[in-house]
Amino acid sequence: MHEAVNTVKAVNAVNKPWSRAWLRERSELGVSAVLVGLGVLVLVDAIRIHTDFAQRGPVGPKAVPVVVGVGLLVVAALLARDVLRGGRGEAEGGEDVDLSAPADWRTVLLLCGAFLANAALIGVVGFPISGAILFWGAAYALGSRDFVRDPLLAAGLSVLTFVLFDNLLGVPLPGGPLVGMF
Amino acid sequence: MDSFTNLLEGFATALTPTHLALAALGVLLGTAIGVLPGIGPAMAVALLLPVTYGLEPTGAFIMFAGIYYGGMFGGSTTSILLNTPGESAAVVAAIDGNPMARKGRGSQALAAAAIGHFVGGVIGTVLLVLLAPTVAEFAVDIGAPDFFAIMVLAFIAVTSVLGASRVRGFASLLIGLTIGLVGLDEMTGQQRLTFGSLHLADGIDVVVVAVALFAVGESLWVAAHLRRKPASAIPVGRAFLGREDFRRSWKPWLRGPVIGFPFGAIPAGGAEIPTFLSYVTEKRLSQHRDEFGKGAIEGVAGPEATASASAAGTLVSMLTLGLPTTAVAAVMLAAFQQYGIQPGPLLFERESALVWGLIASLFIGLCLLLVLNLPLAPVWAKLLRIPRPYLYAGILFFASVGAYAVNADVFDLLVMFVIGVLGFVMRRYGLPVLPAIIGVILGPAAEQQMRRALQLSDGSLTGLVNTPFSLVVYGIVVVLLLWPLIRRLFRKPSPQPERPKVDA
Repeated sequence: MHEAVNTVKAVNAVNKPWSRAWLRERSELGVSAVLVGLGVLVLVDAIRIHTDFAQRGPVGPKAVPVVVGVGLLVVAALLARDVLRGGRGEAEGGEDVDLSAPADWRTVLLLCGAFLANAALIGVVGFPISGAILFWGAAYALGSRDFVRDPLLAAGLSVLTFVLFDNLLGVPLPGGPLVGMF
Repeated sequence: MDSFTNLLEGFATALTPTHLALAALGVLLGTAIGVLPGIGPAMAVALLLPVTYGLEPTGAFIMFAGIYYGGMFGGSTTSILLNTPGESAAVVAAIDGNPMARKGRGSQALAAAAIGHFVGGVIGTVLLVLLAPTVAEFAVDIGAPDFFAIMVLAFIAVTSVLGASRVRGFASLLIGLTIGLVGLDEMTGQQRLTFGSLHLADGIDVVVVAVALFAVGESLWVAAHLRRKPASAIPVGRAFLGREDFRRSWKPWLRGPVIGFPFGAIPAGGAEIPTFLSYVTEKRLSQHRDEFGKGAIEGVAGPEATASASAAGTLVSMLTLGLPTTAVAAVMLAAFQQYGIQPGPLLFERESALVWGLIASLFIGLCLLLVLNLPLAPVWAKLLRIPRPYLYAGILFFASVGAYAVNADVFDLLVMFVIGVLGFVMRRYGLPVLPAIIGVILGPAAEQQMRRALQLSDGSLTGLVNTPFSLVVYGIVVVLLLWPLIRRLFRKPSPQPERPKVDA
């Protein structure tokens, strides 16, 4: 199963194995590493399951995790082999995706920040505010700089969603101190 | 005749004001989502899973099915006017649709696509009405070993048939299976991969996983490579079709469903492969072969009819066997799980009103879609101008709302973030998302069926292969696995033309 997705043209012979440039060319080995980590985790967890007393039927709760864990290790090895032979996973395209530009990590980190800010604040200030921060923050991260329209849109969307979920779907979102005042 | 009376009753269910409104809402949302970049029907249904808390199942599924069909209609609009498909089923429509639009024949291309979707959808849904009860009746007798075999087939097919690399497909599948393992073992109550956390003991909710992989992963990925200047759409007038175009289109419309429906029903990735096959077929049969690639209307009409018919075929497998063959079907299956309904052969007996109401609403939805899309295509095209920061901020916003609403627990938001980052890495390194989602949704069910089968056989592995049905299915699995070897033996001299690849 050695399929090179996007065989890279004669990898630069100048780069020595395990040098930084060599590794950057093969950053997909990191995926293999993640799979190995996951596989070990699943196997260790599976071994620690006690099966002697609770088992019903010939196949207990261990069997599938062992199969999955071993599978992860095997796939990790095959993937590493494929990468070392010059195979590369094809990055996903899309309408708004411009693969010719290098990855813009600043935008990604800002976006992660906006997302985690909502998670951190939702219990403290309530959803109408934390949701608005999430939307405004995400829009800002992605390059929107309209300091009137952005926050208004964020606040409107957030309050509307809160009312919709609370009243129509019967899913309570935390209102926070502001809602308590009314 | 039985199906016919059931269908009439289904129309009685679907024509109530609430259900009619939900069908209309579904097709509106679906068309919008099909047109909008970055958001496909699978992500849309995933983001809407929270409505399962407030809506009764029939209404929710009528809306979801409307989104599925609507997404097919809307997807071709972007293909034709922008040369970038709104979702994977519409990739082929761009090959000839966009050149038509550039020559000023955008209206005709849009009409050929919309009517094609309508014809394909109607024929596909009629086949669904005729075939699904028979399949369900046949499948009532199948037991645990057969179900396990079908699920193994789904796992293997989704990793082997789709995508460019099997290793990466299997990696994705195993990641999904791992996520599915988290929680209490259903048979013994043993904790697996919970690390003593109470939050994880209930397992990771499938809503959280689906939204994380589709919405959060996609938003982060787009953020890393955001196209700063979105391509501009070609302006068009109302969709219409002249007599000559109609003469060239009607046969492709009728041929499309023949290819699309069976491909939708088998786990071969939905509409991508059959639309491509339809395109090749139309090219071969056409008297205007030289026009293909430069704006042949047959190249739009055939594949689009195929796409909608394949959506109907997908529903056959999903409803009668509980087997999701596309990402949308997988997420709809997750919605069934939310309601505690098990799709499968018994669904037609136990939830007759739901199933037939859903099927009837498909016909209503198709008529609504034709009305919405023929005269209004230029209006829909305006959606393409939405500022991208707002679009992706909105996707993240609703993803967070959906994940939080599951348990009202911040922990779910953190789990979603971690899986979202995983989705980002998967997109970066070409690991397809669909196998992971199928692994999460079908993994636990497959384990139950396997252990049940082995209980019945008292631990003997022959218990997994003691029915003719399961043997046939495993036969197919073996062929799929050995396909690269088989192909090497019977190598054809002419290599297939490269086809554009897009994952939605």
